[in-house]
Amino acid sequence: MIAKPVREGSPWRGLWAVVAKEMADHLTSVRMGILEVIVLLTAAVTLYMALQNLPSGTSDFLFLRLFTISQDPLPAFVGFLGVLVPLIAIVLGFDSINGEFNRRTLSRVLAQPIYRDALLLGKFLAGLFTLALVLTAIWLMIIGLGIFRLGVPPTGEEVARGLLFLLATIAYGGIWLGLAMVFSVRFRQPATAALASISVWIFFSVFWGMLVGLIAQGLGRGIAGQIQLELFLARLSPNTLYAESILAILNPEVRALGPLLLVQFLQLQHWGVRSPLPLSQSLLLVWPQLTGLIAGTIVLFAIGYVLFQRQEIRA
Amino acid sequence: MNEIVIETENLTKRYGDVLAVDHLNLKIRAGEVFGVLGPNGSGKTTTILMLLGLTEPTDGWARVLGFDPMRQPLEVKSRVGYLPDQVGFYDELTARENLAYTAKLNGLARPVAQRRISDALERMGLADVADRRVGTFSRGMRQRLGVAEILLKHPQVIILDEPTLGLDPEAAREFLQIIRAFKEEKITVLLSSHLLHQVQAICDRVGLFHQGRMVLEGTVRELARQVLGGAYRVHVRAVGPDLSEALRKIPGAVNVTMLDSNFYRVEAQEDLRAEVARVAVQAGAKLLSLGLEEPSLDEVYTRYFQDLTPFPSPSEG
Repeated sequence: MIAKPVREGSPWRGLWAVVAKEMADHLTSVRMGILEVIVLLTAAVTLYMALQNLPSGTSDFLFLRLFTISQDPLPAFVGFLGVLVPLIAIVLGFDSINGEFNRRTLSRVLAQPIYRDALLLGKFLAGLFTLALVLTAIWLMIIGLGIFRLGVPPTGEEVARGLLFLLATIAYGGIWLGLAMVFSVRFRQPATAALASISVWIFFSVFWGMLVGLIAQGLGRGIAGQIQLELFLARLSPNTLYAESILAILNPEVRALGPLLLVQFLQLQHWGVRSPLPLSQSLLLVWPQLTGLIAGTIVLFAIGYVLFQRQEIRA
Repeated sequence: MNEIVIETENLTKRYGDVLAVDHLNLKIRAGEVFGVLGPNGSGKTTTILMLLGLTEPTDGWARVLGFDPMRQPLEVKSRVGYLPDQVGFYDELTARENLAYTAKLNGLARPVAQRRISDALERMGLADVADRRVGTFSRGMRQRLGVAEILLKHPQVIILDEPTLGLDPEAAREFLQIIRAFKEEKITVLLSSHLLHQVQAICDRVGLFHQGRMVLEGTVRELARQVLGGAYRVHVRAVGPDLSEALRKIPGAVNVTMLDSNFYRVEAQEDLRAEVARVAVQAGAKLLSLGLEEPSLDEVYTRYFQDLTPFPSPSEG
């Protein structure tokens, strides 16, 4: 038995041709247009609400509040993002591979001198760049309108925190994009892939919280054990990771994450102890969450990669 | 001239329990047009995919233009043009944009790519519709666009998988002209097809696939000799005495059948028209007509599979 042959030539040949083509497709597609309108509307409405409800008098971190202040019937901009980002990411990824398969373009494209690696990574990067482009545009718009209405420029720390927030949001989108692409490799029908992706998303955003409570009650030893288990399980969900990340990034007063400590935090706040953490400390606080989001993205991409390499391309 | 461009040795592909390709030994020389025949599921497409490095052989090896498709697929794929069965394009892009993407994937510089795209579209008669979206194209036009894409690469070898499938007769005939043009340019062509008379018309050699094996290989005449016995058939119409016995005695005659009164078919290993005519006249018959029938691949194919399997093998589509 001969050793497995080593492939020659760069696996990334043709990568940027794929990225350019896919991004052009995304940016001109009708479905992305619809989503962009929704995101834009959300941003406009929540920004308007936030500006109406800004606390009077001088306050620190005004710009960060633009993202987090809500008025009762409507959640804040970050709340909307928790829903919209997975939706956009799934729309960008759910038919990436099976779409090529069904249009019978896959074998033709792979007959060109490129490896499958370049096609898959190119599609993933194109989705991620598109998502980043949309989010950055919205982010800049909110900051810009904020400067216009508030009349003061954001401080360096506000910009840094804002950028971290953007990064966390893109990483959160990366997870859902990776998931949608895994399903697009696994399922031949784009509709199945879309449905599977949305099911996972609904599972994590609706049912996981309930399940976590039940499991923790059943299995946890003592109150402390229950809470610890609940926290651990909850953090398996990308939604929790993202929510905790942006909570600490956008609220410098947050000193610790997790239900038990959140209570302490609220008490502290109640007693008027509100000294903000420096950026480095907030970053330290959310470091595990941020790396968790990025690691999740990489793991999902790797799963899709392995599935795709093993897939037979004939009909 | 006669250097071998495609070679396989004991090439094998197994899907679970099914042997899709079973110890295939194939040699195709430069400039040859090689036809691959066989029922669905006989391993034709799998073989092609292995030659392009798009699927991994379970055992054995292949060389295309001296490169190993498993180890050097990029080298192979930049020199080989492949038209898959049922070729698809991006419907929302124009013909020119589709080809531009292919050119970019091939790493062609922009000015070179633009020139080659225009040339290829011109040659395939698609220049007028170059900027129309492919979604509006007919099947025949898509197929020609597929060939235009192959031409972009200036390939040394062209592999066509069922290129005439689903084309109307006129489009299929045009397609054969295109393949003939490749032959004149000394490009090696591997053609898989069900349309036997077309394969016969353009292929130098033919390989018949059955259940993953290449069961017959050679020129159509060689195949006819193997399967039908006689590669030549002489039809004689002669009024007069029964000639069957006399004809049978001609050296080289394999079989003589009386198809009708005064009408005989002589199967032979060589062209026996002169001998047949002499025998008929010597026997005192009035020779009315004498014709030589070329052996047809259709017959070879039908006879081979009739003899081999009483039931058609299950096809996998």
